[in-house]
Amino acid sequence: MLILTCPYCGLAADETELSPGGEAHLKRFGPGSSDDEFTGYLFHRGNPRSVHFERWRHANGCGKWFLAARCTVTLEVFGTYPAQTTEPPAAILDAIRAKRPDWEGRA
Amino acid sequence: MSDAMTALATVTLLPPQGMVTLRADLGDAAVRAAIEAATGHAVPDTRSITGTGEAGLGWMSPDELMVFTGREAAPALAGSLAEALAGQHHLALDVSDARAVFLVEGPGVREVIAKLCPVDMAPGAFGPGELRRTRLAQIAAAFWMESETRLRLVCFRSVARYAEDVLTNAARPGTAVGLF
Ligand SMILES: [Zn+2]
Repeated sequence: MLILTCPYCGLAADETELSPGGEAHLKRFGPGSSDDEFTGYLFHRGNPRSVHFERWRHANGCGKWFLAARCTVTLEVFGTYPAQTTEPPAAILDAIRAKRPDWEGRA
Repeated sequence: MSDAMTALATVTLLPPQGMVTLRADLGDAAVRAAIEAATGHAVPDTRSITGTGEAGLGWMSPDELMVFTGREAAPALAGSLAEALAGQHHLALDVSDARAVFLVEGPGVREVIAKLCPVDMAPGAFGPGELRRTRLAQIAAAFWMESETRLRLVCFRSVARYAEDVLTNAARPGTAVGLF
């Protein structure tokens, strides 16, 4: 069972209160982009066996989208942060590096 | 806490309650002043309720409040909120008919909710003054405690029968877990 703290409510929300939104920090490619870029944006997703960044929505709570960094192997959560960001904040990266010194950064 | 013959709590569907959904920038001082002037209640802090479930303000999200008022007064209050917030980005809408409100009353209210919601209902973890939006079995709901033995719960009217059934079932006599 996954428990994520909603950065808007400050609540430790149980997984059953949340809905998943897939990989975080995707760059959108729209009109004018190449077929390869658009294909990548639509279909290609990271599936790392370690640190991962995801979108979650506090669906049965405040309704807000937020982002989470967690380990896909152990379910350890490194932190959650508001969705209005294009890159993981420094504090989240520090928390990850403290616990996963070998982590090579986002692919 | 309760014997084998008594329900943990009684579950009562309350008469229609006036509710106005209000969305606006709650961090804006002018917005807060307009809301407080129009409703007579202080803008609640995160996850809390000011006033009561009959006349008050409940925190729904960082930019959303639920305004409780009389059922007959709700359309006019939505209008006066819209007037007070004219020029500000906002939404004020009478949603009374979309909601149902239940009163759950008895010594086992904490246990009834704990059976159905992923919420720590231990005294100290949750108590009067706090409003919680969550999941009640398979539906969305919001609730708050009016006292240690009285709790008010709001859900969509379309699933009110389901809410009543699961609450009543969780409160069945002889089903006390004895957690709290
Ligand atoms: Zn939330």
